Amino acid sequence: MATDIADISATATRTITIECQRYDPEADAAPHWQRYEVPFRDDMSVLQGLQHIKDHLDGSLTFRWSCRMAICGSCGMMVNGVPQLSCHAFLRDYFPGTVRIEPLHHFPILRDLVIDQSDFLDKLESVKPYLIPRQDKPLAGGANQQTPQQMDAYYSYSQCINCLLCYSACPQYGLDSSFIGPAALALLHRYNADSRDQGWAARADIVNAEEGVWGCTLVGYCSEVCPKGVDPAHAINQNKVNSTLDYAGLRRLLLPKGATE
Amino acid sequence: MSRHRSTASGYVRPMAGWWRRNPYFLRYMAREGSALALTAYALVLLAGLACLAQGEAAYERWRALLTTPLSIVLHLLALALVAYHALTWFQVMPKTAPRLPFAPGLITAAGLAASAALSLLLVAWLAWGVQ
Repeated sequence: MATDIADISATATRTITIECQRYDPEADAAPHWQRYEVPFRDDMSVLQGLQHIKDHLDGSLTFRWSCRMAICGSCGMMVNGVPQLSCHAFLRDYFPGTVRIEPLHHFPILRDLVIDQSDFLDKLESVKPYLIPRQDKPLAGGANQQTPQQMDAYYSYSQCINCLLCYSACPQYGLDSSFIGPAALALLHRYNADSRDQGWAARADIVNAEEGVWGCTLVGYCSEVCPKGVDPAHAINQNKVNSTLDYAGLRRLLLPKGATE
Repeated sequence: MSRHRSTASGYVRPMAGWWRRNPYFLRYMAREGSALALTAYALVLLAGLACLAQGEAAYERWRALLTTPLSIVLHLLALALVAYHALTWFQVMPKTAPRLPFAPGLITAAGLAASAALSLLLVAWLAWGVQ
């Protein structure tokens, strides 16, 4: 059920201060802060606080959102310095303090709380995030079956919603944006770990590169902030072992899936 | 930029002071920085080896230097930093392992236990040798 936003002022019991970073590319040289006093109820998320601002206080505030239930990955923001889905963070947890909202760190700001994700999308495309079978099978050949164990090998990595919280948690990406980064490398591993996929060689130049798994210094914060339990730090760092074995020519001998390539 | 020609545009924020923004990053810097104590101590041992090669007098001078109060304070500091480094090293170790059929915490616990046991064994052996 969508909340009747007009009702909030009538039923709100408390008022919280929300500070938003504002940036208008046509008027501002740099971002600045703006404060809003927002009435809220216990069940209101940070996103609903922003929606109240946009609907009742300042229609020019710009931010992305869609599903309101931590599925779409659109509403990622820095909430008091921590990358979070704003629909998944609640105003009551910050009261009586101030909620400070910035656009996701490490990405260029387009306007207010909206960042440019195109660098991530370029990188996602580069890791070939789709099944690369050894040979195409005709439809008549039937389904590609998997055992529960085979599915378990990649399932958690397939839960990524591309919300980019992990990139905002990764100082390595912030310092050098040529690093492929947590989500794209986790998705790369998601396909490499799939028993139906034979694409290690096609993705190897990304995995083995300095910008690939070796650009990670295991800060580990990406896995802490992931709202879906993907654990990109694990996906990346176990591939440092795979990359080393690949370099030594041992990967095909030691890993059964590689041996069938 | 290397293989990627980014199509991104917009206001880029500076990274200066990034490691002070979040306690998690401070702990990361402490973890990485504590490795410098290991390097420093390796250099102290290397200096001892160089003195040994020069002869008995030089080696005894190096040994005498180690017993000064300043040296003992630095040793205690190095011990604390190396212990912290070992702890954090074993804490991140499960992330580098493949998916295992047991809790990742077991790798950390086993690593710390093995490290502690070996250290105690070494101390006991040295104490035995001194007697």
